Amino acid sequence: MAGINLKELTNRQSPLTEGHRMCPGCGAPTAVRQGLMAVEDPVVIVGATGCFEVSTTVYPYSAWRVPYMHIAFENAGAGVSGVAAAHKVLSRKGAVKDNIKFAAVGGDGGTYDIGLQSLSGALERGHDFTYICYNNQGYMNTGAQRSSATPANASATTSPAGSVIPGKLERAKDLTEIVAAHDIPYVAQTTLHDPMDVIRKVKRAVETPGPAFVNILVPCPLFWKIDPANQVKVCKLAADSRFWPIYEVIDGRHVLSYDPKDPVPLKDFLMVQGRYSHLFKKGKERTDLIEQGQADVDREWEKLLKKCSGWTG
Amino acid sequence: MSKPKCWQDVPPGTIAWGASARDVETGLWRSMRPILDRNKCISCLKCWLQCPDASIETDGEGKVNGINMFFCKGCGVCDKVCPVGAISMHPEADFSSECRKRGEDPGRVADHVR
Ligand SMILES: Cc1ncc(C[n+]2csc(CCOP(=O)(O)OP(=O)(O)O)c2C)c(N)n1
Ligand code: SF4
Ligand code: SF4
Ligand code: SF4
Ligand SMILES: [Mg+2]
Repeated sequence: MAGINLKELTNRQSPLTEGHRMCPGCGAPTAVRQGLMAVEDPVVIVGATGCFEVSTTVYPYSAWRVPYMHIAFENAGAGVSGVAAAHKVLSRKGAVKDNIKFAAVGGDGGTYDIGLQSLSGALERGHDFTYICYNNQGYMNTGAQRSSATPANASATTSPAGSVIPGKLERAKDLTEIVAAHDIPYVAQTTLHDPMDVIRKVKRAVETPGPAFVNILVPCPLFWKIDPANQVKVCKLAADSRFWPIYEVIDGRHVLSYDPKDPVPLKDFLMVQGRYSHLFKKGKERTDLIEQGQADVDREWEKLLKKCSGWTG
Repeated sequence: MSKPKCWQDVPPGTIAWGASARDVETGLWRSMRPILDRNKCISCLKCWLQCPDASIETDGEGKVNGINMFFCKGCGVCDKVCPVGAISMHPEADFSSECRKRGEDPGRVADHVR
């Protein structure tokens, strides 16, 4: 990829260090480390409460080489607005010379749900910041509760699959499109299927003046009930099944970044995860729900292709 | 103020030392150990990119030359993404003689459970 030399990157210190206490095989640190890898300017991180915030700053240790602000669950958007605004004023007064970048990092609970109004306000005010949502599709730090990012039929502790319901009844909210509707300069969606895609998108987001947003689907092996070693494979299935379309919205124009050459059925993505195992019980397969899920994926994909048509990047 | 030696030295309410998590031996969590075969490795850096714990080491020339056992949690992601099978996973217990050589008691966990 133009402008990114992996060999050179191996000699750079990552803003995120080793020694963090995320579970083995968690996707969140991979996403953030990859994302910040090629960012050239100094960066300040604002972290919303969640697994990643807690486990990278276990007192008295910090897994951050860069300034880090712990912010509450609901206001990473407001927090990052404040530091970005302060930097702007101090730069104007000549007190700060560095071209510092600001990035908020939040889980899906902190972003799709409780932090949404604070994020929306920050996007609308147009501060110069990037918001990285590491989306493991539920509230992991408190024990795998469902969030508005949890997909239909996933079994979570507050939507458990059993004799009453087959997992979560509602579909996930499309936050990437909600953010895009704020008409900000850069919005992107990706997952861990291709590190270069994550590296490029977060770099572009950080370097874009004004607000930018990147939604990265990351496995939580505990909630998704997958072998942690398989996280990359599962992310590839998310992209190849079109369950999680890989695209970006640049100045309001939708651009597809990955069109799977050999798309796989949604079933392939669901089957490898224990949180959907109730759909595949021998003799009690819920083909109706799997078909409904496939129909939803197909419809959303068509919608996305329409938005992308006419633009080539 | 100098770098704290233990947590009691840290002033309350703040974590003033960046990158201090590098003092935390997360490798103690490991139950499976990745072993790198440098003869097979083509240094594609896939494992380096995908390791959640930044434990794949490089030599300054972009070549993978080891795995950091102080931090590696043994998740096995590196093994699965390697295109040439240069990494294999082995039960941590297989390496107990190594601890014995260092004068450690490899049975300490088992004793504790018992
Ligand atoms: C206002 C508030 N409500 C609830 C909590 C408890 N809480 C801490 S982390 C968390 C879940 C975070 O979920 P998410 O943002 O998806 O991040 P994840 O843990 O999945 O990484 C909750 C509910 C809190 N810290 N603050
Ligand atoms: S509970 Fe899930 S999201 Fe949280 S650290 Fe563990 S694997 Fe990651
Ligand atoms: S086993 Fe996991 S933590 Fe250890 S080096 Fe491989 S990817 Fe990294
Ligand atoms: S993925 Fe395999 S071949 Fe590539 S750098 Fe790692 S060990 Fe070497
Ligand atoms: Mg979450």
